[in-house]
Amino acid sequence: MKILVCISHVPDTTAKISFINDNKTYNKDNIQFIISPYEELALTRALELKEAKGEGTITVINVGGVETEPTLRKALAMGADDAIRVNAEAIDAYFVAAQIAEIAKSNSYDIILTGKESIDYNGGQVGEMIAEIIDIPSVTSVSSIDVDGNKAILEREIDGGYEKMECEFPFVGSGQKGIAPEPRIPAMRGIMMARKKPLTVVDEVNVENLTEVEVHTLPEPKGACKMVDADNAKELIRLLHEEAKAL
Amino acid sequence: MSILVYTENWDGKFKKQSYELLSYANEIAKMTNSELVAISIGKVSDEELKSLGNYGASKIYNINDDKFDTMSSQAYTKAISEVADKEGTKTIVFANTYTSRSVAPRVAVRLKAGLVPGCVALPASTSPFIVKKKAYSGKAFADVKVNADKTILTLNQNSYTINEDVKDAEIVAFTPNISDADFKVKTLEVMKASDRLDVGDAEILVAGGRGMKSAEKFKILDDMAEAIGPHCTVACSRPVSDLDWRPHYEHVGQTGKVVAPNLYFAFGISGAIQHLAGVNSSKVIVAINTDKDAPIFEAADYGIIGDAFEVAPKLIEAIKELN
Repeated sequence: MKILVCISHVPDTTAKISFINDNKTYNKDNIQFIISPYEELALTRALELKEAKGEGTITVINVGGVETEPTLRKALAMGADDAIRVNAEAIDAYFVAAQIAEIAKSNSYDIILTGKESIDYNGGQVGEMIAEIIDIPSVTSVSSIDVDGNKAILEREIDGGYEKMECEFPFVGSGQKGIAPEPRIPAMRGIMMARKKPLTVVDEVNVENLTEVEVHTLPEPKGACKMVDADNAKELIRLLHEEAKAL
Repeated sequence: MSILVYTENWDGKFKKQSYELLSYANEIAKMTNSELVAISIGKVSDEELKSLGNYGASKIYNINDDKFDTMSSQAYTKAISEVADKEGTKTIVFANTYTSRSVAPRVAVRLKAGLVPGCVALPASTSPFIVKKKAYSGKAFADVKVNADKTILTLNQNSYTINEDVKDAEIVAFTPNISDADFKVKTLEVMKASDRLDVGDAEILVAGGRGMKSAEKFKILDDMAEAIGPHCTVACSRPVSDLDWRPHYEHVGQTGKVVAPNLYFAFGISGAIQHLAGVNSSKVIVAINTDKDAPIFEAADYGIIGDAFEVAPKLIEAIKELN
């Protein structure tokens, strides 16, 4: 069983957000980078599936410059078998998807996993785009995945609940909360072994640039919170009704 | 020239967000001197389809083959792309729903369109398209420019107001060119409580955090939601969901559901960044917490430093007087 897990290299969830280059790009100075949380969970589940089956390989892939290698090594430390870095700046989701699809075309992965969305762009597009490029099915917002022969039993989130589905290999799944209970923490041994596992760097393929970020802006600073006395709770309801017109 | 809008249905019915989406797409149609054309997939009555005409749609493609009861993103993608090709559409608008998140990126690849997901406002320009979306889990905005010839936008819930624009919509039955090979996924079971208001659809949310102390103590928030009305439901923070005090579908936050209600009450929620990432699009946030230094007060519009169990009953009383 061959699984490909797509990893993005993103600022930590509590990182300060600021921009440079006329607010076009994120300011990476002094920022801690991590594997995007949904992908970390997807990778954890992939490792569990491999262990349950007793065979298989887990490959992790990232599209980025050499600065993303520590994040790929972390994925190897978690237990992935090998890593691929496409040496290119991740311009947009289509660009990233096309690079990964190129690799996928010459490797017969049974399952390709991404996270539901990365926490920096919040786009949630790469997995589905890869699937369309290589013409395989995709299931989104996957909160559970089990393998049965050469198909998967998945649960995907829908409004008001879940839908249980069956999907034949190969397919792309984008994982969300629930796909694994918690991210796997690399053990010391895993961290040591990660250094020796293969990390292959490949060149990018030529892809049209369909979208680009023109500029980033920060939200308007919130006005001060209007405090209401606990003894006068009724006043809050009056304010919400008359002032905020929210109730 | 036409703008195509995919109007999803839930058990044959449209929701408030469907009409918000239509109003948004209709405005873009006006900006580009285009007609607004809708596409519906699934079993929807003619009467329900006609309601789309009240918000600007002049034509509605109706795809109601049984096969589409299974949400195969491959099949939906082909169907929508076929209609887009037929109409010669250069712009397609979706709502940022589970189905659209599955389908819009695939349609974008198929049509070589630039996709801007999770838009929060009308385009600043339409040639080229430049549209604002949230980024960094709501801590920033990104203005995205589409370089491609075609554009696909997905609109976040509660980001646009409903505007009536009554047209006599023509319903066109359509059979896309799809086969069994496009349905490599099969639905085994659907598990949902259909009579429950989803946190994503509620106009008002009453949320509780660890400060509520136990599952039983959440009852006061259930009472408050009931007092407010059928458009209000209870939500919770991650620790509450992890402790199984409340069902997982009530969890709002970065790894739970991202919501955008008109009003969000946060009882006993400290306001961790990951929680705020899921609720920072709420129009009004009210925090009730015993800790005056809780970060939630920095994100809130109104606040009470007090005990949830003392404050909530008083609020319920005042709400009942209001109604």
